[in-house]
Amino acid sequence: MSRPIATTRSMAGIPTARLAVWWIIASEIAIFGGVLGSYLMHRLAHGIWADYAANTNEWLGLTNTFILLTSSLAAVLAHQAAERGDGKRAANLLYATCAGGLAFLCVKAYEWNYEISHGMTITSNTFWSFYYTAAGIHALHVIAGCILMLFVAQTAKRNEELHRVEIIGVYWHFVDVVWIFLFPLLYIAK
Amino acid sequence: MSDDHAAHGDSHYVKIWAYLLVFLIISFVGPMLEIQWLTLVTAFGIAGIKAYLVVVNFMHINAAPRFVTYAVTTTLVFMLLFFAGAAPDVMQSSGTNWIKPAWIEAERAYEAGEVSGGGHGEAAGHGDEHGDGHEEAAGAHH
Repeated sequence: MSRPIATTRSMAGIPTARLAVWWIIASEIAIFGGVLGSYLMHRLAHGIWADYAANTNEWLGLTNTFILLTSSLAAVLAHQAAERGDGKRAANLLYATCAGGLAFLCVKAYEWNYEISHGMTITSNTFWSFYYTAAGIHALHVIAGCILMLFVAQTAKRNEELHRVEIIGVYWHFVDVVWIFLFPLLYIAK
Repeated sequence: MSDDHAAHGDSHYVKIWAYLLVFLIISFVGPMLEIQWLTLVTAFGIAGIKAYLVVVNFMHINAAPRFVTYAVTTTLVFMLLFFAGAAPDVMQSSGTNWIKPAWIEAERAYEAGEVSGGGHGEAAGHGDEHGDGHEEAAGAHH
């Protein structure tokens, strides 16, 4: 069976799929950069925001950073396995990455449950609006990444379409990079 | 797939991951000393280093054609332009022909100790720290 042109075409010295994921990342930078830039402006302008930030749990932030960094390791090792043509190992490592994403979401759910039950909601004030918006958009990206990764793992397990392992990995690492900046902004600098 | 990727063994990536964890611990412990410049360096400076390690070693941006790096860098530059253009307005409580009266009042109340953002575990969400909307100063003309 022939493959779609979009999959096989290699323009400008880069496979189209890889080019596409980099374009997605460039546009995602505009999304997250806009939110985080706006947050930073308000944070620097309002002394009271440091007090609000003191309510976030830095240990849970640390845990989630560790989880995402480790899941990124699994994703790059999956890429490495795909390079060697070992689709089964690549799939297993993608499942491990996915498990990391799930663990991240569980910690986030626990954290939000605590904060919301203590009166810190998205409508409380501008700080909490930014907090839930930034972390919420990021969590949506984690969910999307996990779903896509399960599809990619299914085909990789059959040693098919192994190039997709790299593509989903690049996306996942970007999600990791966004969290690397969210962590100090929302949890550390108080 | 990326051309130089196969040149690295699994141990290379484990080593990068270990570096990332060391930096993570430094970025966590540094701000505990509550020295402002150290917090900036350890929290945000190290975030930049961690992001660089991930982008170069895990995402292999160096293996992509140079224009990919330019495209990503361009979006970052646009973010800086956005910040530079919006910050002078957003970060001020007043400007030419406009003021933010609710903000000024909230800042005064905060500095007077009449409101607080709360501490750990407190219900600290219901203070309105400032008014977001601009209001024209009396007699102002656009």
